[in-house]
Amino acid sequence: MGIGPYGYSYNERMVYLEYAIELRGITKRFGPVVANDGIDLGLARGEILALLGENGSGKTTLMNMLAGIYLPDEGRILADGRPISIRSPRDAYAHGIGMIHQHYKLVDVFTAAENIVLGMEGEKKLDIKKANARVREICERYGFDIDPEKKVYDMSVSEKQTVEIVKVLYRSAEILILDEPTAVLTPQETDRLFAILRKMREDNKAIVIITHKLNEVMAISDKVAVLRKGKYIGTVNTAETDPHALTDMMVGRSVTLNIDRPLNPDRAERLRVSGLTVFDHEHVKKLDGVGFTALGGEILGVAGIAGSGQKELLEAIAGLCPVARGSITYLPPEGGADELVGRTPMQIRKKGVSLAFIPEDRLGMGLVGSMGMTGNMMLRSWRRGSGPFVKRKQPRDLANKVLNDLEVVTPGIEFPVRKLSGGNVQKVLVGREIASSPSVLMTAYAVRGLDINTSYTIYNLMTEQKMKGTAVIFVGEDLDVLLELCDRILVLCGGKVSGVVDARTATKEEIGLLMTSVGGKEGA
Amino acid sequence: MAESIKAPLIRLEKRGENGLNPAAVWGIRLGSIAAALLLGCVAILLTGNNPIKAYGTMINGALGTAVYRQQTIKRAIPLLGCALAIAPCFKMRFWNIGAEGQITAGALAATFVARTCTGKLPSLPLLLLMALAAMVLGGLWGLIPGFFKAKWNTNETLFTLMMNYIIIGVVAWLQAGPWEAKQGRIAHFEEAAELPLVAGIHCGWIIVLALVLFMHVYMRHTKHGYEIAVIGDSLRTAQYAGMNVGRIMMRTMFLSGAISGLVGFIIASGTSHTLSREIAGGVGFTSITVAWLSQLNAFAMVAISLLLGILSKGAATLQTVMNVPVAISDIITGLLLFCMLGSEFFINYRLILRKKRGGKEARK
Repeated sequence: MGIGPYGYSYNERMVYLEYAIELRGITKRFGPVVANDGIDLGLARGEILALLGENGSGKTTLMNMLAGIYLPDEGRILADGRPISIRSPRDAYAHGIGMIHQHYKLVDVFTAAENIVLGMEGEKKLDIKKANARVREICERYGFDIDPEKKVYDMSVSEKQTVEIVKVLYRSAEILILDEPTAVLTPQETDRLFAILRKMREDNKAIVIITHKLNEVMAISDKVAVLRKGKYIGTVNTAETDPHALTDMMVGRSVTLNIDRPLNPDRAERLRVSGLTVFDHEHVKKLDGVGFTALGGEILGVAGIAGSGQKELLEAIAGLCPVARGSITYLPPEGGADELVGRTPMQIRKKGVSLAFIPEDRLGMGLVGSMGMTGNMMLRSWRRGSGPFVKRKQPRDLANKVLNDLEVVTPGIEFPVRKLSGGNVQKVLVGREIASSPSVLMTAYAVRGLDINTSYTIYNLMTEQKMKGTAVIFVGEDLDVLLELCDRILVLCGGKVSGVVDARTATKEEIGLLMTSVGGKEGA
Repeated sequence: MAESIKAPLIRLEKRGENGLNPAAVWGIRLGSIAAALLLGCVAILLTGNNPIKAYGTMINGALGTAVYRQQTIKRAIPLLGCALAIAPCFKMRFWNIGAEGQITAGALAATFVARTCTGKLPSLPLLLLMALAAMVLGGLWGLIPGFFKAKWNTNETLFTLMMNYIIIGVVAWLQAGPWEAKQGRIAHFEEAAELPLVAGIHCGWIIVLALVLFMHVYMRHTKHGYEIAVIGDSLRTAQYAGMNVGRIMMRTMFLSGAISGLVGFIIASGTSHTLSREIAGGVGFTSITVAWLSQLNAFAMVAISLLLGILSKGAATLQTVMNVPVAISDIITGLLLFCMLGSEFFINYRLILRKKRGGKEARK
C-alpha cells in the first residue's frame, strides 16, 4: 500500500496506530434524514467499547458501515492507520471486522457448522468434518457450548447467537461488533455472553457492543462512546463514569422520569382473565394458565423478557389469536358480564375493548401504511352508516383533531403514514384508539423508538385515560417507566404469571427476579 | 486526494419524503415510453425495415381512417374491461391471472343462452340474459380459487392459471363435440344475439366506459373498496380492524370474475359472434399489463388500453403492408412494460454517481 495516493503524513499514521479501526468524520444520510453526522470513533485492541445511545441515535447505522452493509456518504475509515474502503461484508471480513446483527442471519435447515462456513471461499469441495473440528476448537477456546452438527431450527435464541459469534471468529475476525446482543437473552445467558466477551478481550480483540442498557455498559465495557441523534457526543472511561452521567450524555439532560401518577379513587373490575392458555402456529405453548384482573381507573403494567407471552396475551384478549383454554370476562361499566373468548375481533371491539397494539412492526398491524391519516382513522369507522359508500368527513375531522392534539408532524392528513417517522406513526395509532373512548385500552411497547418528549406525550395520554376510568394495560420493556407509570405490574415469565406487584412499592430488582423465575407469589 | 474513499461508481438513494414533483414524475414516465419506442426501433431494424416508416405505417394503420380507428377501439374494449376486472384483485394483492379463463367462462355461458333462447326471446332481453349468465359463470370461475384461498390459503396464482386450461378444455370439447356445427366450429349467433352497433362499433364500448366509472367509484369511495385497499396493504391490519378477510376475498374474486365474464360476453356477442377455444385470445393476460401500467387507476387504463390497441392494430397493418412479423407489437408492448415499470424505480430512487473527489468538498 503506497503512501502517495492517500497522502497521510508519517506522523498522522503514528498517532492512529493505537486503534485497530478508526472512523473519521463519517456521515450517512437516508434521504433527508442524517443518521450519522460527522462521527469520529476509535476501536482499540484488547478493549470492550460500549456504543451507547437511545433508539434511533444511529448506533447500528454506524456499525453497519464497518460491516459493509452501508457505505458512508462522507468521511473515511482507517485500519491500523491506513484508509480502507469496506464495500461489502466480504471486505469487512478481509479487514478482520465481523458483526453480529440484532436479527440473526442464519439458514434454519443448516447445521451450526454449515451456517458458519456458508459463503466462505475455500477449496472446491466442502470438508464439513474439518469445519466441524475447527468450530469445536473455537468453542473450546472461548467456552462456547454448542454442537456444530445441531440444526439451527432446533436451537434456542441464545444458541443462535453463539453460532453468529462463532461464525465471526471462524473468519478470524479481530474486531467484533455485537448489536444489542442481550435484547433476547435471560440474565444468566447475558452473564455467560459477558464472560465470553471478556475472554475475547484477553485475546486482544477489539470489541464493540451496541446497547442502550446502562447496567450492561457499566458491567462489561472499558470505554463508552455515546451517540445522540446521529451525533457523536464523546467517549469516556467506564471506570470514571456512572449511569447518571451516561444518561446525561445520552439524552442531553438529566432524566428523572417524574411521570405524573395520580391515583384514581374510582376503580372497578373491568377485565377478568383466568386460566388462559394459548398455543402459537407451531403448537408451542405461549400462555400457560394466565389469570389476572384489570381494573378500570388503573394502569396495569405487563413486564417480562421479550417473548414471554405479552403479545399473545393482548392478542387473545382482542380476539386475534385462538384461545385453547381459559376465560376472559369483560365487566362493562354499566354492569353485567361478557365472555370474550370465542368472539370475533369486531364484536370485542364493539364492546369497547380496544387494542392499540403496537408490535415490533408498527405498520404491520393497526395501520395502513399506504393511506393517509384520514384513511387510517377510517379503520375504526369505515362500516358506519348505511349504503355502500364510506363516509370521509368524520374520519377527516378526527384526523385533524389528532394532528392538532398530539402534534403529529406530517405534510398533510392525506400523506401516507408509512413515510412518517416512528413517533408520528405511533401518535396516529394511539390518537385513533383513544378517540374511540375505549373502556379497556391495551398497548404494547407504546414508546419503543420514540424520543423522550413523545414518550411523555404517550404516558400522559395513558394517565388521562386512566383518570377517565379506562382500564389501561401497558406492556412495556423499560422497568423504570413501568415502575413510575403503572399502578400495578403483572410479570410474565415463560407464558406464566410469575407475580403481580404494586408499582408504588415494588423495586426493580424484585421485578427482575420475577421476570426470570416462575413460581413467585401472587402479590398486590 | 487525502480524504477520498473508494465509493462504488453508482449508488442508490431513496428519494426523500416528498419525492419528485409531479411534473418530473410524468417527465420520467413519458421518457420511458420514448425509450421503449426507441428500443423498438432496434427490433424493427433487425427485421430489415426502416423504423420511422414502420412506425408511420403502424400509426396510419391504427388511426388513419375511421374504419381503422373503429377496429383499434374494438381491440381496446376487452383489454380495458378485463383490466378493470382484475384491478380490485391486484389492489388486494390477490394475483388473479385467471381472467383468460373467466372471459372464456363468460363467453361459454353467453353462447349457451344464445343457443337455447334465440327465437324464444326478443333481442334486448336475450342480450341481457346472456350478459347475466356470462357474469354468473365468470364470477363462479373466479370464486372457486377465491374460496380455496380463503379457506385453505392455496396459491391463487397457480390456481387461477390452471382454471384457465380447464374452461378452455371444456370449450374445445363443446366445439368438437356436442355444439359442433361444421369442421369443429360452433355456429354463429343469430342477429338477435349480437350486440348492436353504436357509432360504428358494437356497444361494448359503452359498457366498458360505464365500468370505468363504476370501478373508479367502487375502489375509491365504497366500503368494499376500502376493505380491499386495507387487505392489500396489510392482512394483519385488516383482521385487526375486524374485517372478514376470507369473505372479502371471495366477494372480490366473484366481482372480478363476473366483470371478466361480461367481457367474454362482449367479445362473443360483439366481435366473434360465436364461441371458440381461442375466444379470449390472450386478452386476460395482456390486460394484466394494462392494469399494471395504469397503476390500477381506472382512467389511466383507458389510455393504456388504447395505446396497446393502437400497437396491436398497427402491427397487424405492418404485417400486411411491410411483411413484418406481427410479433413486433408484442416486442414493443414488452419493451413498454419493461421501461414503464422500470421508470418507477427512478421515481422512487435516485442514482448517485461517484464523485471525482469525495470527502471534504461534499461536506462543504
